[in-house]
Amino acid sequence: MKRLLKILIFALLIKPLVFIVLGLNLRGREKLPHNGPAIIAANHNSHLDALVLMSLYPLSLIHKVRPVAAADYFLCNRFLAWLSLNCIGIIPFNRSGHVDKEALFADCHAALDNGEILILFPEGSRGDPEKMSKIKKGLFYLVKDRTDTTITPVVMYGLGRALPRGEALFVPFNCDVIVGDVLQCFPTAKEFNENLARIFGQLFEYCLTRHEDDSNV
Amino acid sequence: MTLNIPPHSLYTMLGVLGLLTLGSAVTMGLGLKNPSRDYSELRLRIRSWWIMVTILFLVLVSSKTTAIVFFGFLSFLTLKEFLSIVPTRQADRRVIFWTYLSIPLQYYWVSMGWYGMFIIFIPVYVFLFLPMRMILIGETQGFIHSAGLLHWAVMLTVFAISHIAYLLTLPVLNGAAGNIGLVLFLLLMTEFNDVCQYIWGKMLGRHKIIPKVSPNKTWEGFLGGFISTTVCAGYVAPLLTPLLFEQSLIAGGIIAVAGFVGDVVISSVKRDLHIKDSGSLIPGHGGILDRLDSLIYTAPLFFHFLYYLAY
Repeated sequence: MKRLLKILIFALLIKPLVFIVLGLNLRGREKLPHNGPAIIAANHNSHLDALVLMSLYPLSLIHKVRPVAAADYFLCNRFLAWLSLNCIGIIPFNRSGHVDKEALFADCHAALDNGEILILFPEGSRGDPEKMSKIKKGLFYLVKDRTDTTITPVVMYGLGRALPRGEALFVPFNCDVIVGDVLQCFPTAKEFNENLARIFGQLFEYCLTRHEDDSNV
Repeated sequence: MTLNIPPHSLYTMLGVLGLLTLGSAVTMGLGLKNPSRDYSELRLRIRSWWIMVTILFLVLVSSKTTAIVFFGFLSFLTLKEFLSIVPTRQADRRVIFWTYLSIPLQYYWVSMGWYGMFIIFIPVYVFLFLPMRMILIGETQGFIHSAGLLHWAVMLTVFAISHIAYLLTLPVLNGAAGNIGLVLFLLLMTEFNDVCQYIWGKMLGRHKIIPKVSPNKTWEGFLGGFISTTVCAGYVAPLLTPLLFEQSLIAGGIIAVAGFVGDVVISSVKRDLHIKDSGSLIPGHGGILDRLDSLIYTAPLFFHFLYYLAY
């Protein structure tokens, strides 16, 4: 039932919105993981980010793709919580810092064990439009002890113009979505994050709609 | 659905489908003859042509309203693509929203055949309105740049392209072709000219015409295309439009020159932004702006030539 609801919402609402009203310049779509357990690590500018990434998957797979999203934001009222949990299928994540690491990632590990594909935004928050924030260490700690999980980096550009943080008016723009190669793992969180930031920087070079003068990565 | 297509337009469409079939057959033949060479790019291009032509023909024969809505949608896609590749300020978001709203209005004037409004709405009302909306937001840093950019975008992608749609609301003067004939003639000659300029340039091209903008464009290609299109238009236009033979020659010449200019104007935009394609909507062709570049110039110029002479 939940799966049917998700398929309907994506087929009738979100996919047309993403592909027709918005429009994507896609590169490397074939590199997206089609089998879990896998993680997509993307930069974060807009609520649209997760919806765009999920739309890249066929409807038959869409129930396996689940964005990890801030519990304090998406579960703040009953309507938004129902929408997020049932229509999008988010994995709520506690950002408060008062939970110990084991419990923090329990839901993510359960989903990965279940062969699902997680969408994760290692910056942790949308931040200013089209600016990269500092990459947080959560992603590293999540995959540190997992040998079965691949991480695919993705950068998106333009969604922060279409629907930036704190704005309710949606304005159509073509957006770039560039999928990179699977990441190699690194021994420490620092090296891991430096490597990820470097790869994000390389992928940004392929964006059609990005300009050299706004190189704020 | 009862197909009630005027005969000349019907034959033209069948002719185009025939040409595409020939194109597909030749590509397949080439692939069989030289199995080592990669023709996937060419195949992709032709496949995209099939899709574009099929959609266009279906839309044109279904109804006038469908066709007008379709061209409006085309304007939307083109405007969106243009605004996505040029640098805009975050403060312009709300103004850009209004540029999109100009599309349904402009095509509404087209559908009701209100020529006076159609012709001044964007050059006067939208032109004056957008800066007003901008001052209400109040960001003055980069104001001139944005005001110019946004209005230029609407002129290119909404005003110019809506001229194709207005051809459909003109009174029918050539019953054997109907108004579809006007649109078919314009599109066919614009594409024919593109192809001819390319082929003549490949065969004879020596003297560069504007090396700074487009190093592949030559005088030989331009003149070859000009002569081919002018002659071809002389024989095709009397069948598809109300124009006489001599007028048709001039129409062909206008389309040849305008098509060339439109092509290089959009090329300059892309050069300025250091990009090769404006998008990736049409496999093998690039973005929609890459495909409509010539048409942005040919549509209004052909329209007004025709309007002056025949209406």
